[in-house]
Amino acid sequence: MLERTGDRSRSPLAELTLVRLKELSREPEAVFWIFIFPILLAAILSLAFRSRPPEALPVAVVTGPHGDARLAALSAQPELKPRPLDEAAARQALARGQVVLVVSADDPPVYAYDPTQPDSRAARLAVDAALQRAAGRADAFTPGRAEQTEPGTRYVDFLVPGLLGMNLMGTGMWGIGFSLVMARQGNLLKRLVASPVRRSHILGAQLLSRLIFLVPEAGALLLFASLALGVPVRGSLLLLLGLSLFGAAAFSGLGLLAGARPRTVEGASGLMNLVMVPMWIFSGIFFSTERFPHAMQPFVQALPLTALNNALRAVMLEGAGLAPLLPGLALLAAWGAISFVVALKIFRWQ
Amino acid sequence: MTPSPDAAESALRCRGLVKRYDEVVALAGLDLEVRRGECFGMLGPNGAGKTTAVEIFEGLRSADEGDVEVLGERWRGDGLGLRRRLGIQLQETKFPDKLHVREVLSLFRTFYPRGLGAAEAMTLVGLEEKADAQVRTLSGGQKQRLSLACALIGEPELLFLDEPTTGLDPQSRRQTWEIVEGLKARGRTVLLTTHYMEEAERLCDRVAILDHGKVIALGTPRELVASLGAEHVVEVTVDDGASSALTADVLAGLPSVEGVAREGARWRLTVKEVHRAVPALLGALAERGAAPTELTTHHASLEDVFMALTGRRLRDA
Repeated sequence: MLERTGDRSRSPLAELTLVRLKELSREPEAVFWIFIFPILLAAILSLAFRSRPPEALPVAVVTGPHGDARLAALSAQPELKPRPLDEAAARQALARGQVVLVVSADDPPVYAYDPTQPDSRAARLAVDAALQRAAGRADAFTPGRAEQTEPGTRYVDFLVPGLLGMNLMGTGMWGIGFSLVMARQGNLLKRLVASPVRRSHILGAQLLSRLIFLVPEAGALLLFASLALGVPVRGSLLLLLGLSLFGAAAFSGLGLLAGARPRTVEGASGLMNLVMVPMWIFSGIFFSTERFPHAMQPFVQALPLTALNNALRAVMLEGAGLAPLLPGLALLAAWGAISFVVALKIFRWQ
Repeated sequence: MTPSPDAAESALRCRGLVKRYDEVVALAGLDLEVRRGECFGMLGPNGAGKTTAVEIFEGLRSADEGDVEVLGERWRGDGLGLRRRLGIQLQETKFPDKLHVREVLSLFRTFYPRGLGAAEAMTLVGLEEKADAQVRTLSGGQKQRLSLACALIGEPELLFLDEPTTGLDPQSRRQTWEIVEGLKARGRTVLLTTHYMEEAERLCDRVAILDHGKVIALGTPRELVASLGAEHVVEVTVDDGASSALTADVLAGLPSVEGVAREGARWRLTVKEVHRAVPALLGALAERGAAPTELTTHHASLEDVFMALTGRRLRDA
């Protein structure tokens, strides 16, 4: 029969990989979490943390003989929003936070403000400069201005490489760990082991399908970030892709380790959260790792996601080449390789 | 290994198989031989050690003691060479929900150097119409037939079926039986485990009855039933008050009665001729002023053999 030879044309490894890809692509939830979720997150966070034009600071001028002149001097300043109030109303407005500074009716005036509030302090400087100038003080010089709002320094630029790293971790862990535990729970793993197929092919197909899936996954996020948010990729695109593949492979090792023993999906979920939650917090996805105290830095910097995020940011935002990335990549490789070896040693096949 | 004269005829042999899980002894010295071309059944209650034994035969577990030879080979290394000659159906396998029936079969086909096409395998188990259906849409019986098709796709010399009909509705069970009968007709060697005696009686050329990890009886279904010495079973339930007046000796003394066993208010008699035993039984009850609340008779089965040997039912409630 023709089919007898035709069916044999693919290798078990290729067929196992293909089947896994089909399975993934038919899972609407998986498609949402892998493709839509990071894009949604990037869009929402970029909206929440968008750069706003500086707002004028509200200040009160107590009505009196000098009131109108002072009001006019302050109104000329774009960064100030003065309004006239009587003594009692001005005090009340300050206490309620409706104004950040009160200029008294005295001559010379008294500034009432809260020095622990940055806005109050800024208002004091601006008010003082304006009133002094109105009273006849001449500036010694006029400084130039260089405002930093171009792409590459905004919050969203910081965020996108972090989200990419987070996604590489998440899909590596869930995609591999979870599917292995599901297969174990449903006896499928045992059934495969009972067939004449190499165990290395069973696990290799998981890894291979993961790496193939990565291309559209990372591509979708980067394309959106670049086209819709204007996030720059300053380094080589090829290097960025290689880095993503490398990171995905390392986290596949961790996923394999997390999925090596648990018999149930519940057991695996707990284990994976144990691994991933610390990295969501400590690995600089949403804010810089520099915010953690010095004493914690050895721990923070040893995490694989920290290494991956640092490397992704270096390539995307600083245009770094391969050489400066090597120490981080070595750390990532060590995590991946050690988990891989341990996972194979302790793997529960049935 | 010294070649034994009948090695060519034997598809599987095991000798002195012992397996312990912590304190529990699953197999306590199991000896078996499956001949080529026969359908061999391992019948026993849950926990008798059937699945443990089959998984050792399949090379999925190792025995603590004893020797197993499958198709003339012993399990060693990854055993891929031997696996290509076996077809295996586990008690339950959950194939990926989102794959189509045809895709699952094509996947398993790539594992074997020769074998059936996916279409042929589907025809064999009657799943042609489900070729492009996702696994999750299949009924329990259809999933079980898919699993059977995966076991058959490499055209195995020896087929292991572990409780192939457990949990299936009667119609699906009959469908599975027909498939296995078709395989038997083509001379396949099959080893199946079951705790349904009617399944063993219908499908198996020879049956080993297992209990507590040992073979307690072995033979064709007919031989095993014949070993009871009587072909019929009469079961009678009597009111508690009256049954106290009834003794095993009285019942054993009735004409044509070969054996007597008691379960609470119910008596089980193995009898040669129902038409002689029943009137005598009713007479004996009437003498003692007792009326039976239930009286049934049936042809003796493997279930009765198991009860005669162990005093328990195969499927304990």
